[in-house]
Amino acid sequence: MRRMMRGPLRAGLALIVALTVWQVVVWLSNVPHFILPGPLRVASALQDNLALLWHHARFTALNLVTGLAAGVALGVVTALNLAMSPGARLLLRPMLIFAQAVPVFALAPILTLWLGYGAASKIVIVMLVIYFPVTSAFFDGLMRLPAPLADLAQLTRASPLRRLFLLQLPHALPALFTGLRLAIVYAPFAVVIGEWVGSSQGLGYLMLMANGRGQTDLMFAALIVLAAQSLILFAAMERLAGRDRQVRTGA
Amino acid sequence: MTGICLQGDLCMGDTALIRDLALDMPAGRWSCLLGPSGVGKSSIARLLAELPGPQHLRGQLTTGDGQPLAGRVALMAQEGQLLPWADLVANVTISARLRGQSPDRAQARALLAEVGLADMEHRRPAELSGGQRQRVALARVLSEAAPVVLLDEPFSALDTITRLAMQDLAARLLRGRTILLITHDPLEALRLSDRAWLLGRNGAEALPLPDTPAPRDYRAPDLLRAQAALLARLHGELPCAG
Repeated sequence: MRRMMRGPLRAGLALIVALTVWQVVVWLSNVPHFILPGPLRVASALQDNLALLWHHARFTALNLVTGLAAGVALGVVTALNLAMSPGARLLLRPMLIFAQAVPVFALAPILTLWLGYGAASKIVIVMLVIYFPVTSAFFDGLMRLPAPLADLAQLTRASPLRRLFLLQLPHALPALFTGLRLAIVYAPFAVVIGEWVGSSQGLGYLMLMANGRGQTDLMFAALIVLAAQSLILFAAMERLAGRDRQVRTGA
Repeated sequence: MTGICLQGDLCMGDTALIRDLALDMPAGRWSCLLGPSGVGKSSIARLLAELPGPQHLRGQLTTGDGQPLAGRVALMAQEGQLLPWADLVANVTISARLRGQSPDRAQARALLAEVGLADMEHRRPAELSGGQRQRVALARVLSEAAPVVLLDEPFSALDTITRLAMQDLAARLLRGRTILLITHDPLEALRLSDRAWLLGRNGAEALPLPDTPAPRDYRAPDLLRAQAALLARLHGELPCAG
């Protein structure tokens, strides 16, 4: 119990210290609030615009989660196919490396042109951005079956499909979680850039709009909501990965 | 049931590792290869199991019934053969599932009880001691009903007392199968084998064994005498021995 309390307690303490320093800097330096609002001002902006923030946060969260789910699904299916077939490896691997070399963020304007200002373009950007890290992390895990387990598959004359689903896939789950961790870090970037490039909704759109109108406090409030979304996603993922780790290491 | 007869040179790629091997492993008996690490003991096991690797035989491998060994061999190795994500029942049934057969959970539970792991079916390998993990591996080998079982240093990572207990357990439960035991432990070879060879660069030399049936009591005077003679001999072969 004490150990469980210590983590959040320390994080809370660090947050209070950071906020205090921020507020004191704002007070002492007399920076105008449209350049740098203090945390108290941001908090009141958060409170005053709750309905507005909620509306835009919902749009962003939906695109974030949909894009993540679609990108992960696509990445997992690709990695499984790559692991199964040398032909697919020959064909798909160079394409994957090329896809990694293209800065996907730079595609945002084109995607907006093709798919419009709605949710579709944002979902596709998130998908494209996370596709490579998920695919390559999971594929690496699938291909790194420990020798004794590879021997077991050989001794039992297991079919490639049984080898894949009974040995390689469960063995590669920790590697998949590594890919998911990266995906969850990249996805909020992707969705916000998608909303900056062309949107009439979402936290990215709200930030751009508030910035243009000198409502810097609202911009910070939107930023905080976005950060909270990322943290919730990350915490959920860590929970899953932690359960898996616990099973494997018995700790 | 089948005996195995292996004759020829064991090669690694193009170079011969052991010349003029002549191993005659009788059906339903324990045969043992004793030798220092690096001499090629495990390569012989991998050869018999038809596992991938640089090893191949320049010579002849024949079985008592004339059928190929493929698919009739079970292997128990030192460690790393359990699935860390699966519970013990799933760890025992994995061979059947990999073969595409439906897993017999009741049999797996019975085998786990037989190796002394009743009531631990839902644990994961990480929650077990090294000796318990080897018991799970043994239960898996038993579940396979393969007529030929290769034991590649299965007890090397265990402490002496646990090792003696595992030797007795394996000897009892694997009775009737054709066993090839690979070890660097002279006592293990002398306790368990019906036939044993000392491996060196120039082939395999048959070792004299006590006349009593295996498994032999580690306190029996003839076993202790044989162990002392073997230890003196192995020690004398070391370049640094005084």
